[in-house]
Amino acid sequence: MKRFRLEIRVTPRPGLLDPEGKAIQNALHSLDYERVLEVRVGKLLYLDVEAASKGEALDGAEAMCRRLLANPVTEDFEIDVQEATEETVPA
Amino acid sequence: MRVAIVTFPGSNCDYDLYKCIQLIGGAPEFRWHRDVELGEVDVVMLPGGFSYGDYLRAGAIATMSPIMDAVKDFAKAGGPIVGVCNGFQILCESGLLPGALLRNRSLLFASRDVLLRVENTSSIFTQEYEAGQILRMPIAHAEGNYHADEETLHRLEGEGRVLFRYTDAEGKAVDSANPNGSARSIAGILNEAGNVMGMMPHPERAVEPILGSEDGLGLFTALLSRFSPLETA
Repeated sequence: MKRFRLEIRVTPRPGLLDPEGKAIQNALHSLDYERVLEVRVGKLLYLDVEAASKGEALDGAEAMCRRLLANPVTEDFEIDVQEATEETVPA
Repeated sequence: MRVAIVTFPGSNCDYDLYKCIQLIGGAPEFRWHRDVELGEVDVVMLPGGFSYGDYLRAGAIATMSPIMDAVKDFAKAGGPIVGVCNGFQILCESGLLPGALLRNRSLLFASRDVLLRVENTSSIFTQEYEAGQILRMPIAHAEGNYHADEETLHRLEGEGRVLFRYTDAEGKAVDSANPNGSARSIAGILNEAGNVMGMMPHPERAVEPILGSEDGLGLFTALLSRFSPLETA
């Protein structure tokens, strides 16, 4: 078994109203960053898991996203996986 | 009518529901989220609050509670289930109701009275109201912005499964009367089978004159009328 570091990005679906992103965009505009066209706010999760292979780690992560980590009605998710050690620090 | 009220860590309207059921002459009983059985009850209610601190998404972690398997079985068997506020969020997260509740459009926690129009009076939950009746009851939430895809919204409306909408005093579902940005001003919905309902406003906090409104009573007495008050299932 190896240790893998999963980086899971959960984001609001395109087109879905993201009031938090909108508020941040407005705040940036008030700082004169007028060229900010859109802000979307999501979640970043780091999971360290044990698995026999990268593929197995990825399959597990996808299942976790579908069952709990992302809401299929409102959110999309992307997963990156890399081999890790206990010393691997979050990026 | 025996009512199981499920308490999750962070529920804070469980006692409101308990008092409300007592008030109408029903028999409330608490169930803990770790329980695996509901026991012999007629109705299940999921209270408002902030289960698991709203971590991940409001209601998401509660769906993994041991009691939820029993709640799903109860729903499948046709048992009536009421989810209020966080209870509504839990029902959506668990797939017992369609859609999801997003952050309020304003990003603010909204705690005030709202007006609701009764949209469907044929459900077991709303049969004591009149069509178009305007109800006043409080809301207290930060994630009450109902969202579903267009197809689901179309189905909900076509099948009479929108129970309540946010409106003004004239019963118009205008944008200014929508406290959280909910799609089509939806405040409460029904599942396909008609036995599971969820709503963001708090009917259990509008059941006595001292609370400023008794408009929530009808929902509970409608259920009570289906069961003898003292019936022990």
